[in-house]
Amino acid sequence: MADTRFVVSSSPHIRAEEDTRSIMLDVCIALAFPLVIAVYFFGLRALTVTAVSVAACVFFEWAYRKLLKKPSSVRDLSAVVTGLLLAFNLPVSVPYWLPVVGALVAVVVVKQLYGGIGKNFLNPALAARVFLFSFPVWMTSFPKPQPGQWNALPLWGPVDVVSAATPLSFLKHGALPADAYNLQDLLLGQAPGSLGEVSALMLLLGGVYLVVRRVITPRIPVAYLGTVAALTFLFPKGDAAPLEWMLYEVLSGGLVLGAVFMATDYTTSPVTKRGQWIFGIGCGLLTVFIRYFGAYPEGVSYAILVMNACVWLLDKISLPRRFGVPRLTRFIRKGGGKA
Amino acid sequence: MIFPFQGGVHPEGHKDATRQKPIEPLPPPARVVLPVSMHIGAPCEPVVKVGQHVLLGEKIAVSASPVSAPIHASVSGTVAAVEVCPHPNGGRMLSVVLENDGADAPHPDIRPFGSAETLTAEELIAVVREAGLVGLGGAAFPTHTKIASGLGKVDTLIVNGAECEPYITSDHRVMLETPEEILGGVRALMKIYGLESAVIAVETNKPDAVETLRRTLPRRGDGVRVAPLATRYPQGAEKQLIRAVTGREVPPGALPAAVGAAVFNVDTVASIHRAVTTGMPLLRRVVTVSGSAVSNPKNLSVRIGTPLRAVFEATGGFREQPFKIIMGGPMMGVAQHNLDAPVVKGTNALLAFSRGEGKPEKEPVCIRCGRCVSACPMRLLPVYLYHYEQKNMLAECERMRVSDCIECGSCSYICPGRLHLVHSFRTAKQKLREARKRGGN
Ligand code: SF4
Ligand code: SF4
Repeated sequence: MADTRFVVSSSPHIRAEEDTRSIMLDVCIALAFPLVIAVYFFGLRALTVTAVSVAACVFFEWAYRKLLKKPSSVRDLSAVVTGLLLAFNLPVSVPYWLPVVGALVAVVVVKQLYGGIGKNFLNPALAARVFLFSFPVWMTSFPKPQPGQWNALPLWGPVDVVSAATPLSFLKHGALPADAYNLQDLLLGQAPGSLGEVSALMLLLGGVYLVVRRVITPRIPVAYLGTVAALTFLFPKGDAAPLEWMLYEVLSGGLVLGAVFMATDYTTSPVTKRGQWIFGIGCGLLTVFIRYFGAYPEGVSYAILVMNACVWLLDKISLPRRFGVPRLTRFIRKGGGKA
Repeated sequence: MIFPFQGGVHPEGHKDATRQKPIEPLPPPARVVLPVSMHIGAPCEPVVKVGQHVLLGEKIAVSASPVSAPIHASVSGTVAAVEVCPHPNGGRMLSVVLENDGADAPHPDIRPFGSAETLTAEELIAVVREAGLVGLGGAAFPTHTKIASGLGKVDTLIVNGAECEPYITSDHRVMLETPEEILGGVRALMKIYGLESAVIAVETNKPDAVETLRRTLPRRGDGVRVAPLATRYPQGAEKQLIRAVTGREVPPGALPAAVGAAVFNVDTVASIHRAVTTGMPLLRRVVTVSGSAVSNPKNLSVRIGTPLRAVFEATGGFREQPFKIIMGGPMMGVAQHNLDAPVVKGTNALLAFSRGEGKPEKEPVCIRCGRCVSACPMRLLPVYLYHYEQKNMLAECERMRVSDCIECGSCSYICPGRLHLVHSFRTAKQKLREARKRGGN
C-alpha cells in the first residue's frame, strides 16, 4: 500500500446535499406555479416580460462580477430568482426596458454593491420595484386578465393599456369590490394586478411546495398573513362584514406574494425563530397601517423593506435561550458570556 | 420512544456495510506503537526501557495525575524504542514501541478480581483505574475520573448506545454480541453510585440491539431499562443525551454530575465488566473499518497500538486510492495523513473515502438561510459567530457564547453555502484562549 497524500481537513467530512443552487432551483420551481397562471390570464406577454427580467438580472450579475474580477456567481441561480420576483412585481403591460432598469437597480445597486448574495440588507426585487415607482405611468396601469387569450396584449410595440381598477383601489376607499371581482376571482387570479401577484391560490401552492421541501418554514408567512387577517377582521373599513373584508384584504394586492416569497427571503429576514415571528408580525402591522392610512393603496413592499432594515436587531434581541440556563436566570444574569 | 433534543441533523447512516458483520479479532501486528497519551488529561511517563521484555497487560507508562489513565502492553515482547512517533491527532507524541514476540504471555499479576457483587465500590473504582479505561465512544476521558466526579451526586446512570455518527457500527456490534457484559458493567456502575436503576439509550435505527438488550434483561437486571431514542445526530453527545433521557440541561461549563447524570459509552461499560471479571486491562477495542475506498468493510477487534496501515490491510486493502482517511466518524472524526499512526483507545472507526464523498467545497458563501441556527443543538447562532470570527471580533464571539459550541459539526454539515463553520469556531476558541493567557494569569 503506497503512502500518498491524503486530504487533511477539519470535520465534518460530509455535507448535506442541498446547496445554494439547489435551494434557488426549488424557489424557481415554486415560482413556476404563479407564472403559469399569469401566462393563462395575461397571455404570452407575461412570459416575455419575465424572460427579459430574468435575462437582465443574470446578465448584470455576470457582468458586474466579471468587471470586478470576482468569481462568477451566476451558477447559484439567485439572480434568476431575483429576475422572476422582479417581473412578478410589475404590471404585465410595462415596456421591456423597465424590467431591465429594475434589474440594474436590484442586482447591481441593491445586491452586488453590498457584496453579493447574503450581504444585501434590502430585498433586491422589492427595492427595485419601489425605485420603479418613479415611472408611475407604467407602474400603476394594470390590464384586466383575459383567461386563455394568448395574444391579449401585443408582444411587441407599445401596449395600449386598458387600465383597470385593482381590488385594492376599491378597498382603499372603504368599499368591497363586490361587483367587479368576487373572492373566487382573487383566489384564482382573475383580477387586475401585477404579473405574479394575482393568483393567491397559486402563490400559496408555491409556498406549500417551499415548506414541504424545507426551503422555508411557515413562520414568516403565517405570522404575516395572520397579523393582516386579524387586524382587518377586527378593524374593517367601511360597513363591510368583518370576515368578508378580511378575506378581500388578505387575497388582494401583493400580500400573498410578499408574505410567501419576499418576506421569506433569507438574506433580508431573521435567522432566529422568535425573530422570524416578530418579523412577520411587524410586516403585517405595517402593511395594514400603510394600506389604511397611506397615500398609495399597496403597503406590502414598503412594509417588508422597513422590516428588512431591522433584521440584525431582531436577531440580536431574540437570541435563543442558552442551553443549560433556565429562562429566568437569563434575565438576572443578562447575556453573560461566562458560565 | 424518547423525544429528541432540539436541533440536530439527519446525515445518511451508511451503516449497512458493516452492521451485519460480526466482530472479527485482528491478529496482533509484529509491532505496536503505544503513545503515552491516548486520553484527555495528563500524559503518562514511560516506565520501561529499550530492550526490556514486557508481558501482555504489563503497565508500560503511568501518571500520578488524577486525570489520566495508565497504558499497558497490548502484546508481549521487547521494548524496541521509546521515541516520538506519529499520533492520530495529527501531531507526534512520545510512544513506546513493542516488538511482538507472538507469545501473548500475560503478566502474572493479571487474574480475575471476582464480580461486581463481591467487590466494594472503592475496589471497583480501583479496578477501573488500573485497567486504564477511558471513554471508548471517542472522547477518551479517563473513566475512573468521570466516576469519581459523580460520586454522591448521580441519580441517573445513562449508558450511551446511541452511536449517532454515520458509518460506525462498533457499539452496535458490541450490543448485539456481548449484551451480558454490558449489563455486568451496568451493575458495577450501579453499585459504585448506589443506584437502583439505569437507562441504556439506543437509537431506533438499531432495533435489533434494543431487542437483544431487552431479551437479556429479565435474567440479570432489575431497574435497568432500554430506552429507544429518535435517530438524529448528535444524539450521542453527552449533553444532548442527558437532555433527551432526563429533560435536564447541563449548565454551561458544568459536568453532567451537576444535574445528577452520568453517561458511559456501551463499550466502556462492557470493558468495566471485563476488567472486573478477567483482570485484563484495556488492550483491544472494536473498530469499524468502512468507507467507499475500503474493499471489504468490517468490524474488527484490534490491539491498541496497531498501525492504521495494518488495520486497513486486514480488510483487504483499498479498492481504490483513498482521497481522505478519517479516524472516527465523518461528523467529528480526525482526518489522517499518516498510516503509521496507531489505533488508540478512542478509535471507534477508521474510514477511507474515495473522491466523491467529502470532496472539497467550492467558494463558500453564506446566504443567511438560517439552517445552521435550526441545526445547532446548543442553540447558538453559527451564522453570526462565523461573521464575528471572520472579522476577528472575539468579544462578540464570546458574548454569543462560542464557548458553548460542542463542535458537533451539524451547522457545517447542513450549510448550503458550504461554509467552514466549525473550523471557524475552533479558531475563535483558540484565539480566545490565547487572549486570556496574554491577559495575565
Ligand atoms: S447554514 Fe450556512 S448559509 Fe445558511 S445561514 Fe448558516 S452559515 Fe449562512
Ligand atoms: S455551532 Fe457548534 S454546537 Fe452548534 S451546530 Fe455548530 S458545531 Fe454544533
